[in-house]
This record gives sequence, C-alpha cells and structure tokens, in this order.
Amino acid sequence: MAVLQTPARSFIGVYMNGYMKYFGKKIVWYLITFFFAIALNFLLPRLIPGNPLASLISSATAGMTDSAAIQKIKEEYFHLYGLDKSIPEQFIIFIKNLFHGDFGRSTQTGESVSKLISDSVWWTLALQLPAIMIGWTLGNILGALAAYIKGAFDKGIFPFFLFLSNIPAFGLAIIMLYIFGIKLKIAPIGGSYAANLIPSFSWKFIASVIQYYQMPFWSIVIVAIGGQAIGMRSMSIYELNADYVKYSRFLGIKDRVIVKYVFRNAMLPQITGLALSLGTMIGGALVAETIFSYNGLGMKMMNAITAQDYPMISACTLLITIGVLIANFAVDIIYGFVDPRVKAAQD
Amino acid sequence: MLFHSGKFVAGFVIFAIMLFIPIIVPLFNRTPPLKMTGGLFYAPGTYVSVSDAVNSDSKVISLDTLANKLAAKVSDKDIVLMNEWLTNYSSMKKAEVAKAAKDKGALTSMWLSAYDPEIRVEGTSAHRKEFSRLFNSLNTMLSNADYQVVTADSDGSYTVVKDLTTKDFVRVQDMPNHITYVLGTDNFGRDVFIELMSAIKTSLKIGLVAGTIAMLIGLTLGLLSGYLGGWADNIISFFTNMFIVIPSFIILVLISVSVGSAGRNITTVAFVIGLTSWPWTARAVRAQTLSLKNRDHVNLSKLSGHSLGTIIVSDILPYVASYVVMAYILQISSGILSEAQLSMLGLGPSSTKVTTLGVMMNWAIRFQAPLSDAWWAFVPVILSITLVSFSLNLMNTGLDQVFNPQLRD
Repeated sequence: MAVLQTPARSFIGVYMNGYMKYFGKKIVWYLITFFFAIALNFLLPRLIPGNPLASLISSATAGMTDSAAIQKIKEEYFHLYGLDKSIPEQFIIFIKNLFHGDFGRSTQTGESVSKLISDSVWWTLALQLPAIMIGWTLGNILGALAAYIKGAFDKGIFPFFLFLSNIPAFGLAIIMLYIFGIKLKIAPIGGSYAANLIPSFSWKFIASVIQYYQMPFWSIVIVAIGGQAIGMRSMSIYELNADYVKYSRFLGIKDRVIVKYVFRNAMLPQITGLALSLGTMIGGALVAETIFSYNGLGMKMMNAITAQDYPMISACTLLITIGVLIANFAVDIIYGFVDPRVKAAQD
Repeated sequence: MLFHSGKFVAGFVIFAIMLFIPIIVPLFNRTPPLKMTGGLFYAPGTYVSVSDAVNSDSKVISLDTLANKLAAKVSDKDIVLMNEWLTNYSSMKKAEVAKAAKDKGALTSMWLSAYDPEIRVEGTSAHRKEFSRLFNSLNTMLSNADYQVVTADSDGSYTVVKDLTTKDFVRVQDMPNHITYVLGTDNFGRDVFIELMSAIKTSLKIGLVAGTIAMLIGLTLGLLSGYLGGWADNIISFFTNMFIVIPSFIILVLISVSVGSAGRNITTVAFVIGLTSWPWTARAVRAQTLSLKNRDHVNLSKLSGHSLGTIIVSDILPYVASYVVMAYILQISSGILSEAQLSMLGLGPSSTKVTTLGVMMNWAIRFQAPLSDAWWAFVPVILSITLVSFSLNLMNTGLDQVFNPQLRD
C-alpha cells in the first residue's frame, strides 16, 4: 500500500488519495478474508469428529481381524496424509504446498490433484464468467424497462421473471436438456465437445465446443436474468419516485435525461448486488454444469464427492472460493470508480 | 392490510396449496412414501392385473376396436416407412398411395396386402429389418382372431378357461388388483406422486428449520452489532462481511463432506444450512438497528435505566420485525434450494423413511431419467421446488410493497 501511495501522490496529487485509501483498505480486507477462507477450507474437515480417512481405512482393512494390524494400517494412512502431525504443523505444510500449487494426490487415481483439475478451472471460467455477465446485463436492462414502461408490460413481465428466477439452475438445465437434447435432438446431450475430437486449435474443434457450450450457457443466463431483472425493477421504481426525479420533471428536464440519472443511480446497488450474489450464483451454476457433464469444476467436485476423494474435494472448494473472492474484489474495485461517494467518503 | 396486496395473496394461496396437498394426500392414501411397488420408470396411468381381467365377467361393447388400435399404435414413423415401401416397391400408382396416406387404416391395410418380404429394399440392413418388424407387429396387432385362455394341467394337457373376442370388455373397478400411478414410478419403482408429497413436506421442514436458525443467528448478531457499536460491532461486522463473500454453498459442501453420509440426516442437513445462511439477515438487521438506536424513544428507554435486553426486545425489535419477517420468508426458500443443490451433488440427507425434493432429483439424474423419456421423474419435482420458492418470493414482494409504499403499483 505504501509503495502504491507515494508515486500516486506525486503524480496525481491529493485527488487520488481517496481512491488509494479505498483500494488499500479493500486489498487488506480481501487478504485477511482470503487467509480466513483457506483456514476454513483446512479446518472444517479436521474439526468434525468423523475423520475423512475413515472410509479409506475401512475399505483397506476390510476382512481383517488382527487389531494390531488394523492399527498399523491406520497409522500408515495418517502418516501418508500428514494427519499424524499437530494441527498447526499440518496447516503450515498445507499453506506451503498451496503456494507450490500442490493439492496432494487424488485418492481415486493417485495422480496429482492440481494436474487433474487444471483444465476444469478454465472450462468453468469460460462458461460462468460470460454467462453471469450477460445474464446480469440483460436482466438489468429488462428490469429497468419494466420499471419505466410499467403498465401491462410490467404486470406481465414481473411475475414471469420472478417465476424464472425461482427455477433452480439445475432444474432449468435438466428441462432444457430434455426438450432440446432429447426430444428435439437439436443440441448435444452432454460433454464439452464431441467425444470423437481431441482438443486442438482447429475450426472443427472450436465449432464443436461452441455447439456444446450453448445449453449450459443459456441455462445459467436465463436464471441470472430473472433474478437481476427483479432487483433492478424495484431499484428503478424506488429511484423513479425519488424527489430529484420529481424536481427534474418540475424543471422541465427531458425524460430521456432523467432516465439516464435514474439508471445510473439504480445501477449502483446492482453492482454491489452482483458482488454479494456471486457466491450463490456460482454455487447454482456449478450444479447446472454437472447436468450437462460439462468438463468443469462442478463435475469434478461431484465425481470427487461420489468417490470420497478428499484432496480433490478440498482443491475444488478452495479454487471456487478463490475465484469468487477475486471476482468480488474486481467488482469492489469497479464500484470504487463508478460511485463518486466512495471517494468522497475517504477524503 | 396484507391481504390487499394481490401479490401477497397469490403467493399465499400457492404456498397454502403446496403445503396442504402433501398433508391431505397421506390421509387418503396410506402407502408408505418409499414403498417399491412398480419397476424402473413406469409411465403414469392405471395398471390392471391381467389375470384379473381374464377372470372378470366380460361385457360385449360394439366399438371399432381396430381403428382405435391403429390410431394409438401406428406412429408417424411407421407411416413414413409404409409410404416409402408403397411408392418405391409396389405396383401401386403414386396418386393412389398419396390418397390412401391420408387415412391410417387405409394405408395400413393397403401396405399389409401389398408387402412382400422377398423384395429387396435399398439401404442399410437395419433399415431393411425395420420393414419386416413393422409387418410382423402390425399383423399380430390387427389379427381380429379370438384368443383362448387355457390353463396347463400337471399332465401337460390344456383346459380352455375362456374365449376372448376383440369386443370383450371388463370394468376397471371390478378388478380387485389395480393401481394408479398418477405420476408414474421412479427408478426404484416407487410411486412418484406419493413420494413427491412426502418430499415436499420434508423439504418444507428443512427450509423452515434452516430459515429459523439462520434468522435467529442473524437477528441476534445484527441487533447486537448494530446496537452495541464499537468493538463488538467491528468484530461481528467483520465476520458477517467475510461470510457473505466466502460462498456459503462451498462451506455447506465442506461441512457435509466432513460429517459423512452416516451423519447426514434431515435434521443435521437443515442445521448446517441454517448455520451457513445467516450473514444476509445479520447485515440487514444491523443496518436497520443502526438507524434506530439514536431515536428518541430508545434514548428515553436508556435514561429510564432499562436493561440492554429490554431495550433491544421492546424498543428496537418491533421496528425491525417487518424486515425480519421478509428475510425469514426468503431464508426458507433459499434453504429449500440449498438442500436441493446439495443433494444433487450427492450430499443430501440419507434416510430410508422419507425423501426430499433434492434426493428425488438426484436419483432421477443418476438413473438417466431424461434419456429414458421419464419426464414424470423430474418435471414434477422441479415444478414443486419452483412453485414453493416462487410463492414465498411472491409473498415477500407483496410484503415489501405493503411496508414500502414507494414500491406500490
């Protein structure tokens, strides 16, 4: 922070000071949260009495009667996964490995977890980031329109959006899969690309990816549109009734100009809203991914849960948390630039 | 006041229906919800015992049974096949075929009389086989011959029990053994309708318990941090904001995985969901409390020497109550959704007596219900989740309009 502040002061002077304070505070806060999230990811499975290795050990000792031998196998497993050390010691090793990108070995295949999920991260990112952004944008536009036009449009569109936003993301995914994939046969029924292709930078492969991308993408977009449209609608109605709008109308300012102000003011809470609902949205979208057997983190996590592959589950949850934290941080930074009050508050 | 809001009333009515049907249905149908009676994905309908049908007194009814059979059993694909054969391989004129193609019966009888298995059809062998298969199935179906029901004696001889003609009918109600699957059966052969009723009830319970826990924690923390201020506020707000940013779904997954499948019953799942979804309420209640704590009536209460508890309960709580009710409604709906999502990943409550909406969904997907065309195994479940959550949100919007006059239409 100090490094950032000195040149900023000399170049832009006092004007940037408010922003620097805001960003500095945010960076520190997110670093603490980040550390806390890692600690939770580490501690939760260890705090709960049923130990995560129980099933592994019981399957390894199945049929054995010699209690000394069972004990020995138990100790071996504990040693293998580092559980024989004290909790603080384990935590330090955990953090150290994390910085090396080492998430341990999958109990299913024995392969390195980071190798197994390094692909999925990009698939998930490529699906969810655009889907949530587009859903959010479309939802806000439609919500503002509903508030502005009112009347029959609003009356009809509001319950529709409310209904839409209440369909669980995985529910919409299954229904889309059933209608378009199985009944009408116009979309593939699962996967990230055609099974007979090998990932490469060829047109054929890219075309196949785009084709398989459609259904997971739209199922997330549609659910996001519903939720955002409702929020934006009530925000816009609230702003349209505000005193400054009445006063501007009284002054004879054109509607088109007023709508701009209203939209800007109603947008601000929507940006924070996006930051706050990201976690929920991504949770839902991850489950939707599994419906289409999309090659992302959601699918990996579900498979790991089925196989009780703890290192894998832990890596998935950690990566998703980090992703959500980074996205939130980005939204907070953008918010700082968009909302003039942020700078004012820091001066 | 509340019932003047159309949205609240609509939401309330839908919610009441979703609540009462699952309570009423078990009073009439006492089948245990998880009893397996049928088989893998039986389609919705009434199933009649075939031997009962044979044993029942039959009545003669003059119906064109043949036409009905044709209408029900000859598919569009079959018509295309017959058309293809008649135009390409028969001596029929094209106009004649086109005329017959308008009537299923005419086309079928024309094809059955013209079909010759000796003529070689172009195309793959699978395509060739389609014709002979269709011919055989239509021939058996349309043979108007009477059936004879016989029983085999121990010495191998047969005794005729009954003659059946195509005009014989039996009454469904006369049959001692018949069962109606309103929504078919699931992958275990359980009645989806009965199961769904039990699942809605359980899911509502989970939502209610989770929502109550989340509300109690959120309310307590929000009131305390808003009213006390200072260090208490700093610490509570810090954790509240942290838990808002760290996705609660992930914490939910972590805890559920750690508890293990043996430890995951309805109660623990509901508790865990409640324990992870309080931050929203806490944050909002804190903001409301903050704006209330310097009001005159609160200061007066302080001057009168009332204790912290009394001030919070009697001077602040009533003012945040309307908000808390709204948040509670949303918590219930998000609790139901969380359970469904958790169960979809295979982390749902394990129980042999009852089921939840999420667990039903999970089984339907695991057994590829969409691929088996078994819409009844997943569409009603999704619709139930959506309707419950929709009705709760509609009530919430209605309440919002009542408490926030600016939002009224």
